[in-house]
Amino acid sequence: MTISLTVNDEDVSVTAPPDTPLLWVLRDELKLTGTKYGCGIAQCGACTVRLDGSAVRSCQVAIGDAEGASVVTIEAANDAEAQAVKQAWRELDVVQCGFCQSGQIMQAADLLAQHPRPSDDVIDTVMGGNACRCATYARIRAAIHRAADILEG
Amino acid sequence: MPTSLSRRSFLKSATATGAVFAIGIDPTGALAKAANAGGNITPFVKLDQDGTVTVIIKHFEGGQGTATGLSALIAEELNMSLQDITFETAPADNARYANLFFGSQGTGGSSSIANSFMQYRTAAAATREMLIASAAGAWGVDPTELTLRDRVISGAGRSEGIGAFVEAAAGREVPSDPRLKDPSEWTVIGVDQKARLDTPAKINGSAQYSMDIQLDNQMVVAIKRTPRLGGVVTSFDDTAARDIPGFIMAIQMPNNKGVMAYAETTWAAFQARDALEVTWGFSNAETRSSDELKADLFDMIRAEPEFQASEVDLATATTALDGAARIIEQEFYFPPLAHAPMEPLGATVEPTADGGVVLHDGAQSPAAGLAVMSQILELPEDKVQVNTLYAGGFFGRRSTPDADYLVELALAFVVTDRTRPVKLQWSREDDVTGGYYRPAYAHRIRAGLDAAGNIIGWDHRIAGQPIFKGTILEGFMVQNGVDNSSIEGARHNPYIFPAHHVGLTDQKGPTTPNWWRSVGHSHTAHAMECMMDLCARAADIDPVEFRLRHLSGDGADQSRMAGVIRLAAEKAGWGEALPEGHFHGFAAHKSFNTYVAEVCEVSADSAGTIKIEKVTAAVDCGIAVTPDVIRAQIEGGIGYGIGHAMRAELTLTEGTVDQSNFHDFETLRVYDLSNIETHIVPSTELPTGVGEPGTPPAAPALANAIVAAGQPLATELPMTHNGIAFL
Ligand code: FES
Ligand code: FES
Repeated sequence: MTISLTVNDEDVSVTAPPDTPLLWVLRDELKLTGTKYGCGIAQCGACTVRLDGSAVRSCQVAIGDAEGASVVTIEAANDAEAQAVKQAWRELDVVQCGFCQSGQIMQAADLLAQHPRPSDDVIDTVMGGNACRCATYARIRAAIHRAADILEG
Repeated sequence: MPTSLSRRSFLKSATATGAVFAIGIDPTGALAKAANAGGNITPFVKLDQDGTVTVIIKHFEGGQGTATGLSALIAEELNMSLQDITFETAPADNARYANLFFGSQGTGGSSSIANSFMQYRTAAAATREMLIASAAGAWGVDPTELTLRDRVISGAGRSEGIGAFVEAAAGREVPSDPRLKDPSEWTVIGVDQKARLDTPAKINGSAQYSMDIQLDNQMVVAIKRTPRLGGVVTSFDDTAARDIPGFIMAIQMPNNKGVMAYAETTWAAFQARDALEVTWGFSNAETRSSDELKADLFDMIRAEPEFQASEVDLATATTALDGAARIIEQEFYFPPLAHAPMEPLGATVEPTADGGVVLHDGAQSPAAGLAVMSQILELPEDKVQVNTLYAGGFFGRRSTPDADYLVELALAFVVTDRTRPVKLQWSREDDVTGGYYRPAYAHRIRAGLDAAGNIIGWDHRIAGQPIFKGTILEGFMVQNGVDNSSIEGARHNPYIFPAHHVGLTDQKGPTTPNWWRSVGHSHTAHAMECMMDLCARAADIDPVEFRLRHLSGDGADQSRMAGVIRLAAEKAGWGEALPEGHFHGFAAHKSFNTYVAEVCEVSADSAGTIKIEKVTAAVDCGIAVTPDVIRAQIEGGIGYGIGHAMRAELTLTEGTVDQSNFHDFETLRVYDLSNIETHIVPSTELPTGVGEPGTPPAAPALANAIVAAGQPLATELPMTHNGIAFL
């Protein structure tokens, strides 16, 4: 089956069984390897991308359901929120191994789009699904607050 | 960019650009150079004619900040900013990049900075002197008139970039004893800045991990593994797998440990693997369940120990305890744990035109990869190149004594016609159920106090599965039957107890034991530090004061331990009033020659549900080369210790692991802990590691805080088994 969608502002059509997770289409077909596999069952958030603007777990999106969708991955995440998040991540040196961080950044950008001034409680709720085995959480939380400052200008 | 620099490609790039100049050590360990494709050396720093300074990172970057730490050493002696450094990973070369502490190239034991501290600075200091001497020669001035700063040489009224002198420097003798900068002159080492060199690539998706290798025509392999530990394949049927689009073939592993499903993509490989019907032989498989194994461990710690692991024997400790005013006794249990690095294991073998291979791997031990590929593929070592990539965490897991996933990869490749690259990809389920764990341990401590509340006798028994015994590393770690990894932290601990006995009994366990962040300290610290609190409470002495009392004397070990204890207590406001419903707990531990004390602050609601509010840590790791990387490692170490202690465990039912992924092998989350403050003790001692030492005190500090909150002591991990509930 051939599915047409937009990935990072480019029109692509992929031929894959419709139940193939978007995650593996991105990584193995489109070679966009910034989006990571960590669990495959919606438990870690490493595979988070923006789909039609919302953060989703790409391991849970069947490519057959993504016909016509617009997907943004870490490689092209450049809207105001993503830029602020990346800047804050840089300023605070959030990363350790970095493997979870594409997902953290995509989720955090979506969080800030919806909550420009998130409380710790909101951060806990929204970011709770993004696991970091290196336990960079203290910096993630601080960097989200910093990104909110950057966005406010 | 951490592109791999194989020895060959280094030489190639040297030829291509004319004057590339590298300094490192020669096979005898002496400082040496290589210029214009010549020289048999281990380069640590490389200069290009355009003035680029490249640090060759001999330890892989798995998140622990090594690339930044090693680069800081070079930047310091070259008087340049850390941000202007480029880094590359070292080629696999056992003789050249031997970790001084292991004798083969690898990363572990929190040793990267410790063993490189002199090597890298000396190489850069020699580089500096050679560049300055070259400029002095060109300008006809005395070298003492010139300085090197920010890759520019200036003095005597002139200044020019170092690129102009690379060729001349390459022709000079290497100074045998270059002058290292005095610590008072340091402008990079010890500077508190946020300048991780791997951050940019890790926030834009460009960092390359093992999983990210995408070669033309590659096959992806997923392995169907035995559901019960120790089972073997007797036969399999791939009829259903053949219906999976992209499926290529299924082959029984030569060692019968599983069936390999080959496919065009990862998803197809996972699906095909799941579709395989395998008949297993369980005649030699594990049949025991966790409850049995745990009961067995408790029997062991209640009986006479198999090995005496301390200078003091059991009789001496028993006599001392007989004379004690009171005895405090406690047993502890620690479950098996998976490392579960965020990146599930995997690596790729790529055949080359000359009949060799390139191994693409986030290689904790490039030397192991080299050896495995060369032996199984029957290739001379010079036909095996290792491309060391970023690792998505490791915590010890990317290296095992049997090089497990590398052997699997080599077997997956060797059974093919060797024309297509083969990528092995583990799923999270492979990782959690795979059987390579921090094994389970039980402890029993009996401590005797005199009337004044001093410890006068200590009988500590430990039982568990040894990690090193029976492996190729046995010679280093096992003495008189005692596997040091089972008792480290319980025996050589800075506390001074008279009649301190440690006894050990080995369990023949069901799993493959493996070093897990902080290894033996991951359990010994919990038992020791919970016990110290129990004793302090029994003696009615403040827990911090109680610890300090057992660290008297002038020993460096005692004074450094006391130093971090005082600093953590002071910074956390130990003993001062806390908000209503908030409580402090304390723990301290020395591991890998680094001293860490931690104060955990928790709050408890009316139902006793616990929330971790903050952890305040103090660390003494000698000279703090990159302070913010140290803080990050302590933060991560604390999270790793606390995260597992709260909720994580692995259990077995008749030899089958019950958990399989993060839904039931639970991991720390942002809402569990996101306020950590780390203070570093100023020091002039040689630097020691920080990757692991944050972990050991974390869980006992939390456990002691929970007791202060009126809840039970966590004697059986995870803490949820003690009736402790977390918000
Ligand atoms: S890989 Fe999708 S949530 Fe973990
Ligand atoms: S940075 Fe390693 S898993 Fe998050």
